[in-house]
Amino acid sequence: MIHRLLVAVVVASFGLVFASLVVGYTEQSSLRPLAESYVRLVPHELGAPNVITGILLTYRGFDTLGEVAVLFMVAASVGLVLGTRRARRSASAKDRPDETRSSSEVVRTAAEILVPLICIFAAYIIMNGHLSAGGGFQGGAVIASGVLLMLLAFPQYQPNLDFLSITESVAGAIFVLAGIAGLIMAGGFLDNRILPLGQFGAFFSAGAIPLLSVCLGIKVGCELSVILERFRPQKL
Amino acid sequence: MISHIVLVTGLFLILIGLWGLLTHRNILRIIISFSLMGTGTHIVTVAIGYVRNGTAPIIDRTLDVSEAASHVVDPIPSALVVTAIVIGMAVTAVMLAFAVRLYDSKKTLSIDAFTDSKW
Repeated sequence: MIHRLLVAVVVASFGLVFASLVVGYTEQSSLRPLAESYVRLVPHELGAPNVITGILLTYRGFDTLGEVAVLFMVAASVGLVLGTRRARRSASAKDRPDETRSSSEVVRTAAEILVPLICIFAAYIIMNGHLSAGGGFQGGAVIASGVLLMLLAFPQYQPNLDFLSITESVAGAIFVLAGIAGLIMAGGFLDNRILPLGQFGAFFSAGAIPLLSVCLGIKVGCELSVILERFRPQKL
Repeated sequence: MISHIVLVTGLFLILIGLWGLLTHRNILRIIISFSLMGTGTHIVTVAIGYVRNGTAPIIDRTLDVSEAASHVVDPIPSALVVTAIVIGMAVTAVMLAFAVRLYDSKKTLSIDAFTDSKW
């Protein structure tokens, strides 16, 4: 009872703080100077119609690299935490008949139709990241959702972890190399002007941003797929 | 006006998450509360980047380059939230991995069972 009361007091006091935030909040009527310069600079300097992708992959590209490093670390630590379960799970695999039974015809057929479509959609999102809403992170998450569908629909399906880790490492290396190339040939680390900017709004434009998007999408997709695979009940 | 609604929704989600975090004893429910709090902060971050009558900061046929600066919402919170969502998902994955291991060791998900401290 006293615990409930304490929780109520804590939540209510946080609510008071938030209420004062809401009361003091006024909607902006114009952009702040930093945002305004980003909105002006991204189309002119980087040639990318999508301002957010320009910020993510160039002005704050170092941030993005850090985020990808965090994702890589998470994939590794999930493997570390769950990896030693393999041996101990062997006994309990028998009393879980669902794992050995394949899923129904309907589920399998639907997955066979949907997975290629999901992959195409992911490629579309990644490749149009500099033109419209989308980008590497979003597309990578869509790829991982396709892998999740495969894992759910085909319990026997075993993604090739070696292939995933090699692809991911290559994508990460290209990302960093493109960044270093920017340091040498253009204005700084991850500068996208190492490639010609092209015509504004065209598919192949905005310098290295599509290339970085693809690398980021592949990397995020592989890492999330590895994380999902680790969570599957292991049967040995 | 619209950003007020979004802001209140986000803050309300944070409160729900906080309440769930403090009242529940099941680890999975605590993880769900954490995710709710994270989602709430994302919504709040996006809400404070809204500019009155602004549109998405993507330049196309309907939004000219020259007048973009006066018609778009703040792109920086959106850019931050894109990465924050992925990292939030990764943090959830780590929490779930620990939950799986804790369940393996005690065969229960209640945090009342995990009282022994490790030195």
